[in-house]
Amino acid sequence: MQLVLEKRAERSNTIALVSPLIAIALTIVTMSILFAILGKNPIAALGVYFIDPLTDSYSLQEIAVKATPLVMIAVGLSLCYLANAWNIGAEGQFLIGAVAGSWIAVKTQGTEAGHWVLPAMLLMGAIAGALYALIPAICKVKFGASEILTSLMLVYVADLFLDYLVRGPWRDPAGFNFPTTAEFDSVATVPVLIEGGRLHLGALIALAVVAATAVLLGRTIKGFEIRVVGAAPRAARFGGFNANQLIVLTFAVSGALAGLAGIIEVAGPVGHLQPGISPGYGFTAIIVAFLGRLNPIGILIAGLFLALTFIGGEQAQIAMKIPLDVTKVFQGILLFYVLACDSLILYRFRLISTPRQVPSGTG
Amino acid sequence: MSDSTPDDPHSGQTPLLQTVGLTKRYGTFLANDHIDIEIWPKQIHALLGENGAGKSTLVKAIYGLIQPSEGEMRWQGESMVLSGPSEARARGIGMVFQHFSLFDNLTVAENVALGLDGKESFKDMSARLEQVSHVYGLPLDPKREVWQLSVGERQRIEIVRALMQNPKFLILDEPTAVLTPQEADQLFIVLDRLKAEGRAILYISHKLEEVKRLCDTATILRGGRKISTCNPKAETAASLARMMVGAEIKEVKAAAQRTITVPRLVVNDLSLAPDDPHGVTLDRISLELKGGEILGIAGVAGNGQDEFFAALSGERLAQDPGTIVIEGIAAGHLSITRRRKLGAAFVPEERLGHGTAPRMKLSENALLTGHAASHMVKRGFIDTAATLRTVDRATETFDVRKAKRDPEAASLSGGNLQKFVVGREILRNPAVLVVSQPTWGVDAGAAAVIRQALLDLAAGGAAVLVTSQDLDELTEIADRIAVMFHGRLSPPLPTAQASREKLGLLMGGSPLDHDQKDTTEKDTAHAVGA
Repeated sequence: MQLVLEKRAERSNTIALVSPLIAIALTIVTMSILFAILGKNPIAALGVYFIDPLTDSYSLQEIAVKATPLVMIAVGLSLCYLANAWNIGAEGQFLIGAVAGSWIAVKTQGTEAGHWVLPAMLLMGAIAGALYALIPAICKVKFGASEILTSLMLVYVADLFLDYLVRGPWRDPAGFNFPTTAEFDSVATVPVLIEGGRLHLGALIALAVVAATAVLLGRTIKGFEIRVVGAAPRAARFGGFNANQLIVLTFAVSGALAGLAGIIEVAGPVGHLQPGISPGYGFTAIIVAFLGRLNPIGILIAGLFLALTFIGGEQAQIAMKIPLDVTKVFQGILLFYVLACDSLILYRFRLISTPRQVPSGTG
Repeated sequence: MSDSTPDDPHSGQTPLLQTVGLTKRYGTFLANDHIDIEIWPKQIHALLGENGAGKSTLVKAIYGLIQPSEGEMRWQGESMVLSGPSEARARGIGMVFQHFSLFDNLTVAENVALGLDGKESFKDMSARLEQVSHVYGLPLDPKREVWQLSVGERQRIEIVRALMQNPKFLILDEPTAVLTPQEADQLFIVLDRLKAEGRAILYISHKLEEVKRLCDTATILRGGRKISTCNPKAETAASLARMMVGAEIKEVKAAAQRTITVPRLVVNDLSLAPDDPHGVTLDRISLELKGGEILGIAGVAGNGQDEFFAALSGERLAQDPGTIVIEGIAAGHLSITRRRKLGAAFVPEERLGHGTAPRMKLSENALLTGHAASHMVKRGFIDTAATLRTVDRATETFDVRKAKRDPEAASLSGGNLQKFVVGREILRNPAVLVVSQPTWGVDAGAAAVIRQALLDLAAGGAAVLVTSQDLDELTEIADRIAVMFHGRLSPPLPTAQASREKLGLLMGGSPLDHDQKDTTEKDTAHAVGA
């Protein structure tokens, strides 16, 4: 008896929907084993991770706050990935967006500047994110440089640039030498939705982005072009769609969304620019994009789920002394299982009675 | 490898290979339904059937590539279960596939060595390769790299590789599909010789005349079942076709009085270097095609047809706008979308992945080429109802059979998808249609529908350019036929004068008559004149 992977005649739509759920189930099983090895009760640990955060208003708001940047970045990334353009550098675009938007906040600090400041910051963040994402896109189109490498490497450039600014020119003189800018003025801050709560306007912007992208992909010719270029490049060329143009476009849009998420994060929950404003949102968003099947609605759900693991991870650290890094392990295992389960969409397992060799030809 | 010679004295009494009730199921689909077939030594046995009749499945089971779900195979009278192709080869079963498995950047000898068991040294193997190819009249230079070779030569490598294992039984899958008539004749001499040596050959084909000429026995499959085993020499091509299709094939109605009008597609002295280092350079191609006319382009695959299609469609742009003129407008520099807006339509050879996005719905594939010139897009938004209407109209007009209204392109059979792809373009009422291999791998019924559609389109005043490797097809529908060889296009011959011999010579690269050719070419270039 032998287990082989056999190609399906047609793609299975059922598996396409179920595969993320299988992946989540497998991840939970693996995590239970990991918790047991760490000497914790797996049931209790899973409860703290996945159930407790859903039971109080503070945690629920916090989940939405964490999901906001994840969803916005992942929606942008999904456009890239659908078009077969591999933007791995959303983290860098997020940071550059935060820096560029903060520039206006820092420059208008303590002045009489009016309500134009926040919109200008958001616009600035989006533009800077887009321009930063265009660097790998243009290198790819003009010189054939791998966008995977260039976009990833630019993350560290952005990280160090932010670090330099908050330790040097933009450091808050009254900040006891901490590497941070001063708290932003109220006109430079994203308003909260519930008085005294943490949920802010950014969550609504994220929902609008999800809706707009769903329309773009499902209803417009541009969205169709993006999907065809990724699914069948030669057919796309035959259709008259320019792959290079779409690489540039999708990189610009995903960079803009990451940059917008960056400035919203800084002007919202954080309130000032400092290192470590992102716990790896730009990378976690890659998992969110794939877990959500590169579909805007799916990404919204996946973003909320991943946000839950962040909050659950924090609570597990407090309640059960489980290291916060376990959350990263969890996310890594999840991405691994999602991609593994996806092969079941086009392939299936079959038991074969006699062992056989690999066919040596086609026919 | 077996040591016994193919001349086994007992082989006259038991068949060399026998299948008894051989059945292969894929889910609920019966690809092979209780097939009994007997292969005798010293016999060329034809396996006939339309696409999807189950020929490939049967052959794959015999070669050990798939396991039958039911039934038995007997080799020289004894039951045989194959674990894979290497066991089939060890017993003396060889196979030459339709799609070659050769590495372009390796030499002939290296490619052959990769396919063998590697028990002898490379030097011995090369010597044996030269000897086998010499003995059978299949000349090959072991040191040449495959990318330099013609398709016919590549096929020789595959045949020699199979022969080096001294098979008792050789399976050939559509071997003449890629050969010129002259090359095919040479192949038949080799096959006759193999037969005389006592080997058995299973010959898969759908070229009926060829089968009648070459084969001793024919087994006809239809819908996974064996319809009959007969002597093809005693049958007519029509009676064989009837058994294959199960019905009378509709005769294509020849052009009822077509009016030739103005030039709609003109190519002026087009030269273009290839993208791909192993591609073909287009060399000073000129032609003129008028409304109401069908021009056929014959030629062995890989002589620049793909490059020419890309240049015509605008998938590759020419430097000089004047080299391609569509409807009187210089279009060499225009994108495929702009050319479509000028009234041109294109059907590429490869249905899946080029003509359509396989995993997208038919309505989306209608949009793929329809977005330019139809009313499917309004202010950037897709009119889904309009795309579905195109699917419905193509379904109705061209009898596209599918499981639901709007399935994925990949789920259609080859013939039905081709009808959709051709229909999608014809429904746009193009002034110029450029179509490549319109009936490649399509069943006879669908082929007749498609050819009729091309004739009707020309009768309606469009200019149609058909590239095909099927000479019968071109003779049937084209008014004139030109031949492509090494990136050059011969002057077109009126179909009535284009005998198989003449076309075969041109396909092999020998000019019909040197002086005449040169003057005609100059005249054409002049007439088309910039």
